[in-house]
Amino acid sequence: MKAQRHPLLFWAGVVLVAAALFALPLVLAMAGTAWVRIANLAILFVFLSLGLNIVVGFAGLLDLGYIAFYAVGAYTWALLASPHFGLHLPFWAILPIGALLACVAGVVLGAPTLRLRGDYLAIVTLGFGEIVRILMNNLSSPFNITNGPKGITLIDPVRIGGIDFRAADTWLGLAFSGPVKYYYLLLLLLVAVIVINLRLQRSRIGRAWVAIREDEVAAKACGINTRNVKLLAFAMGASFGGVAGGMFASIQGFISPESFVLHESIMVLAMVVLGGMGNIWGVIAGAMLLSFVPELLRYTVEPAQRYLFGRLLVDPEVLRMLVFGAALVLTMRLRPAGLWPEARHKREFAGQAG
Amino acid sequence: MDILIQQIINGLTTGSVYALVALGYTMVYGVIQLINFAHGEVVMVGAMVAISVIGALAGSGLPPAAILLAGVACAMPACMCLGYLLERVAYRPLRHAPRLAPLITAIGMSIILQHLALLVWSRNPLAFPQILENPVFSIGGAAISGVQMGIILLSCAMMVGLTWFVYRTRFGVAIRATAENVHIAALMGVDANRVIALTFVIAAAMAAVAGVMVGTYYGIAHYTMGFMLGLKAFSAAVLGGIGNLAGAMLGGILLGLVEALATGYIGEVTDLCRWPIVSGWLAERCAADGHVVLMGSNYQEVFAFLVLIAVLVFRPSGLLGERVAERA
Repeated sequence: MKAQRHPLLFWAGVVLVAAALFALPLVLAMAGTAWVRIANLAILFVFLSLGLNIVVGFAGLLDLGYIAFYAVGAYTWALLASPHFGLHLPFWAILPIGALLACVAGVVLGAPTLRLRGDYLAIVTLGFGEIVRILMNNLSSPFNITNGPKGITLIDPVRIGGIDFRAADTWLGLAFSGPVKYYYLLLLLLVAVIVINLRLQRSRIGRAWVAIREDEVAAKACGINTRNVKLLAFAMGASFGGVAGGMFASIQGFISPESFVLHESIMVLAMVVLGGMGNIWGVIAGAMLLSFVPELLRYTVEPAQRYLFGRLLVDPEVLRMLVFGAALVLTMRLRPAGLWPEARHKREFAGQAG
Repeated sequence: MDILIQQIINGLTTGSVYALVALGYTMVYGVIQLINFAHGEVVMVGAMVAISVIGALAGSGLPPAAILLAGVACAMPACMCLGYLLERVAYRPLRHAPRLAPLITAIGMSIILQHLALLVWSRNPLAFPQILENPVFSIGGAAISGVQMGIILLSCAMMVGLTWFVYRTRFGVAIRATAENVHIAALMGVDANRVIALTFVIAAAMAAVAGVMVGTYYGIAHYTMGFMLGLKAFSAAVLGGIGNLAGAMLGGILLGLVEALATGYIGEVTDLCRWPIVSGWLAERCAADGHVVLMGSNYQEVFAFLVLIAVLVFRPSGLLGERVAERA
């Protein structure tokens, strides 16, 4: 929002984008419901990246265990809305509980690590993520809470006013499958999340985060309560992760610790870094890019390999991770501030900071 | 009592491996004040290369010790090249960039290495060929195997060698000078680029040996093995005081002991039936099963992180570290 735009042009653009986003699932559905599911997962990854962006991009705290908050949200939903405990709470009750629990987890992680920055923080958060994963795997005995590596099945879908988001419906002569309905729900949530993020970035708290990122001592000297503000960054980032996790559980209907491994944390980090730490639109673009490109690879590389060599040489999953790794290295080497950098970051990375 | 001695022996074994890997972290941290995030992957590559070589030579009729030595002899140069490559690709071009940048490239390199290893050596764990006879000796009711003794003795020898290298040779002086202050070392005629590369290479050589040790001890190697091992070794380096050689050795051995003892005893300690407050429903279960264990040995991986967090909260400079707590 730097340059002055003609307001009419701006709103015309907004309407166009909204129309495109509205029509997208109907178009994707023609290519197969799988693509709508991929779009849904992409939106979830946008949630996650925006949440992580608060911690990494705004406040400059490198968090490598972010997926733990996603896990907390997902398990909260799974435990409160599945036959596992026989609880079936409605979604407007679970989603805040999940966000709150993830928020608490964020503070639990943040509190002992307040004094740490940079690489130390990275390793501790990584360890925290692993602890959460180990807990999920092992909290099945003597009291069965998480059902261990088997995971939790038959998780309830979102139900709002009699609409079941997993079942198909026909409205106004148009067929809406489950994933398509979820897409619209996620889109609504996404708009809310983006608005919250934009407002946060320009708020007093947002400016305090940037100040801490740039120079913590100076920020302290300016009267910022760095402890509370950093904790707030962890808590806010974590609660976004928690909401995304809850939605993930309800969409998939099944979760297990397998979904919350370190690779997922790194994937989200790659999205934030590639898009441009601190720039909300860049992060969204990064998340979209790294969600869709691997799927495209899956659909193109495998047939291409079979055609060229007669067999599968490189598993698309492996290729995806190789692409992630290379994306991290190349981004830092070639465009260290990301593809769409935030103005301030751009200056910082261009100069000889550090 | 037997369990205690046994767990101490096991702890010393894993601890000396941690110490070797931790030395790599601490040396690199000493010269560039950055964590070599891909160090665990170097250990993994060392183990994998050694497996390939040993597997290829296993049927050749050579004496087992020579085969093992050949494995180490191939793993070390391979890892040293890898260490050099890491420094050139992930660290040197970004030496003046913000600190987040080299960390992220190193994470990227670590992912790439893991998945290249997956492509080269398969997704499944590889069995380390058991070519050595592994005699078992008994000490006070506990058992110590030849491999365990070998690991402990070889690690001690390597630590002594490294200490000699760092404190008694010209290269060592250069490394210490660079660690003290890069710019002034450069003014004294030290080629900082060479010294930093050398440090990465030495760290990688020790990692290679550690990789072979882990492979021989546990009997398997896997493309993800470097991750957890690297994390634990890093925790050990922090426990001892990062940047401090003696600290890394002490931290490694202590962490190995803590982990072994905690894993050995946590089942007993968290058995609810042993506690006096058993009542009602719990008492029934205790009567039926005998044990209601809250946390078993499956929590083994957690202890290293708990130690790490505890150290960072209560003594961020580590046991032997003298530098200030806050590192930007």
